[in-house]
Formats: sequence, structure tokens, C-alpha cells
Amino acid sequence: MITLEHVSKTFTTKSGYVHAVRDVSLQIDEGEIYGIIGFSGAGKSTLVRCINLLERPEAGNVTVDGRELLKLDASQLRESRKKIGMIFQHFNLMRLRTVAQNVAFPLKKSGLSKEEIARKVKELLELVDLSEKANVYPSQLSGGQKQRVAIARALANDPKVLLCDEATSALDPQTTHSILKLIKDINQKLNLTVVLITHEMGVVKEICDRVAVMEDGRVVEEGSIVDIFTHPQAKMTKSFIASTSTTDRIYDLIEEGHALTELGEDEVIVSLKYDASNATQALISEISRTYDVDCNIIFGNIEVVKDTPIGTLIVVLKGDPEKRKAAFDCIKRHGVETEVIKR
Amino acid sequence: MMDFLTQWAPHLVEMFPQFVDSIVQTLIMIVVVGSISLIFGVIFGVILVVTREGDIMENKIVYTVLGKIIDLFRAIPFVILIMVLGDVTKLVSGTSIGLKGSFFPLIVGTIPFFARQIEQAIAEIDRGLVEASEAMGLTPLQIMIRVYLRESVPSIIRATTITFISLIGLTAIVGAIGGGGVGAFCYNYGYSKQWDDIIWAGVIVLVIITIAIQTIGNYFVRKTTH
Repeated sequence: MITLEHVSKTFTTKSGYVHAVRDVSLQIDEGEIYGIIGFSGAGKSTLVRCINLLERPEAGNVTVDGRELLKLDASQLRESRKKIGMIFQHFNLMRLRTVAQNVAFPLKKSGLSKEEIARKVKELLELVDLSEKANVYPSQLSGGQKQRVAIARALANDPKVLLCDEATSALDPQTTHSILKLIKDINQKLNLTVVLITHEMGVVKEICDRVAVMEDGRVVEEGSIVDIFTHPQAKMTKSFIASTSTTDRIYDLIEEGHALTELGEDEVIVSLKYDASNATQALISEISRTYDVDCNIIFGNIEVVKDTPIGTLIVVLKGDPEKRKAAFDCIKRHGVETEVIKR
Repeated sequence: MMDFLTQWAPHLVEMFPQFVDSIVQTLIMIVVVGSISLIFGVIFGVILVVTREGDIMENKIVYTVLGKIIDLFRAIPFVILIMVLGDVTKLVSGTSIGLKGSFFPLIVGTIPFFARQIEQAIAEIDRGLVEASEAMGLTPLQIMIRVYLRESVPSIIRATTITFISLIGLTAIVGAIGGGGVGAFCYNYGYSKQWDDIIWAGVIVLVIITIAIQTIGNYFVRKTTH
């Protein structure tokens, strides 16, 4: 649905050139939710603006729904943009217009009659669950409600693509969750292709099918969300994943010499990394039964990413060295990544 | 009542028909000059905003040239501007005195002020709104009308109120050097003949007009703010 080929964008500032996006190529399929994650300044906001040419890349190709946008003239580009909805971190609603008028905003001059526009607005407000707020002004809405209005407005022209620029970054965790749920709902209901920019791995984890990790204008890693979470390659990716998990706390605790990490002679601390194929097995109870090894789980973080449980357990294994080794091998045989953290 | 007036404001009673005429002339000047300047003020104000750096129709030449012309006219004190424009006024209006001769210098004197006021009013519009509108596929003209102007209506009303009130001052100046209106009435009868009651009557009328404009302005600002 969206193809970026060798896209580059440079800004000229007083202090020189800033390479916001460097030679990025991406392929985003129809109907998928595609995340682009990076810290601020990584170039992700510029990259998403290159998709609807709010920022015009100086090199590369941008194809959306089969049209090469860089080859269009101004009026053809405006027509194409109508099929690319966009929502923003700060909602960008019109303050002097009611919720209904905001949603109707892009429909004016679209050739629809007043009645058709009214019907469309009603449908959209039902979709985002804001029907009772139709005649209220944005200043009277909460952040989450404002973003719902923005989503309804972005969908007014029946777009095929929805670009979300840090759409949940100004919202609290609970509201973030409900907005993400809404985005997922409309993604499935309308077969909408969604591109989602964020600096929070939690957001990506919750709804994205695939993700690209950006650093310093480049995409350093790209892949399906489960792959990225189970086998991260780039340093940046690993640090993003660590940010959503609590198990890395174990290293701090070992360093601090916390009582939890004080080991007896026949004890070791190991980390067990589960992925889709083995997370549902009753591994811990199996090894303690079969090999007579005590397992004390001191940290655990199991996530459901794309309906796939993955995660890490930090376990203290207690038992004879041979039995521990046998248990260890058994765990490995089940395809769980193991690592002895402290012995 | 009548006795009271003839005792305290004998000249005003004597000149009452001219007084009423002068008020009507001042109101005509405010309405006609204000409306024409509003149109041009909006046009120039919008041009200044959309051609500034980083805006939808960025154009350094237009922005700079228009800005300098506006500053040039604002730099000339109004009394002198009337004198400078004397011949042009005659050419445009047929005369440079009386009500008819007042319009042209007033319009030339008001538009630059108005344009800067409007520019300030609409420059406050959040860049995000413009970006969202571009993303929705609006044309630059649609963005100017439906975003910049429509979304800054309360600020534009505030700017209009300030401009109309400062316009009252200008009508008095133009009146004092050959124009019409309350200013001319005060100057010709009050100041020249030292009939103080005429001057005070003029002051009262101008204060009332000022308060009225401010009140109407405030009312519409309140009505349009959400």
C-alpha cells in the first residue's frame, strides 16, 4: 500500500544541514498496522510526513496506493492526500467549531449534499463513540475525546491509509489504551492501513503487526513484531524492548547485592526467554518434578504480543550440579533461550 | 431642561443642527472607512502571514516589500499624511476638504494599521491546524479562509475594535484640518470661537461612540469564543 524507496530529507538550519531521514526504504502492506519507533530526533516524524508529502523528500520515491506522489501536480496531490488520513499528538482540532463541524470540515466542497454530510458525520461519531458530544466545542473535551474527534475527522474522506504521528503521546496510559483499541478496531473494520509513529515500545507492542526502529534518520531494524521482540538485533531495539520489561532490574539488584540475589552453594540464577512456540508449556513444574531441582521465580515478565505470549523469567535453580545441568539441557531442548546470570 | 441647556450650553443649542450633522458625518466616516480598511486590512494581513518564512505560500519578496510599504505609511504621522496626500485626494475624491475629502486620507491612514493588527491576530493560529488542513488536501485559498480567518474570528474582532477606536481619533484630526465630522465641528466652532460648551459636547459624543464600539466588540468576542 505504501512504498518508500531510498527516501532522504535534509533540513537546512543556521548551524548547517540536518539529515532528518537518510536513505529509508520501507514497504507497508495493505491492512497492516505498521509501527515506526525511535527517540525524539530520530527522524520518525519527518519520515511519516514524507508519506503524504507534508515534507517533500529531496531524493527517493514515495508510492501510496499505486500513485507515485512526487510525480503529481499540486491538485492531484491534494486529491491523493484526501485518501491519506492523519492524526497528531496535539489533535489539531478547530477550536471555534463543534465536534460535528470538525468532523464535517474535510467534507465541505466534497460534492456531498448537506444531508449526506450530516449522515456521514453521525456515522463517524458513532464509530468513535462520541455521538452525544456532537454539538460540544473541543475545549470541553478530554484529551482522549479530542483524539477520537481527530480520528473521526481523519476518516471522513474514507481514506485507505491512516498516519498517526505520536497520536497517544499526550495521553495518559488508560486513554492511550482506549485510543489504540479504537485504531485497531477501525483497522479491522475498514481494512485501513495504519502507520503509527511513537517513542513508546508499549504502543508498538499493543497493536502493531510490523515495526521499524529508527535511529539518527535511518531504519536500523525492521520486522514482524514477534521477531523483533524475541530476537532483537540492533542495540537501539534492545534498549526499547528493555524499556517495556522489568526483568532487566535483576542486573541492578545483583550489582547492589540485594538479598534476593544472595545464592547458596547449589544455586544459580538463570534467565529463561520464552517465545511463541514454548510459552504455553508447563516447563518449570516439569523440571522440578523430573530432575528434583527447586525453581524459585524471582522476576517474571510475560507479554502477549500480537496474541503471542513471549517473555522472560528470572529463576533461581537449586539442586545438585548434575541435576541442574540435566534440567538446563531439558529447558534448552524445549527451545527456550537460557542464560546463567549468576552462579 | 431647555432652560438648563440655554443657560449652560447656549452655543450648542444655537448650533444644534450642525452638531447633529457632524455626528452623522463622523459615524459615516467610521463605517465607510472602517469597512473598506477592514477588507484591505484582511487581504494584506493574510498575505503577510501566508508569505512569511515557513508558511503555506512563503515568498520573501512579497513579504518584505508589502511589510516595508506598510511600515512606511505607519511611520508618517497622520496630520502630515493628510498634507502629503492633498493632491492625490483631490484627484481621487474631487476635493480635499469636507466629508468627501476626508475618506481617502482616512483609508490610507487606517489600512496599514489594520493590516498589522489582522496579521497579529491570525499569526496566532496554531501551525498544527494548518498542517492538518494541508494533510486533508485543502487548497491554500481554503486554508486562508477556513483556517486562518475563520479560526481567528475573535482575535479579528478584537483587532477591528481597536482599529475602529483609533479611527475615531483620525476622523477628529482630519476634521481639524479641513475635513468633516465632530472634529471639524469642535475646531470650527469650539476652538476657533472659544465656545467651550461645543468642545465638551464633542468630547462627550466621541467618548460615547468609543464606549459603544468597545462594548459591541466585547460582545461579539464573547459570542464567538469557545
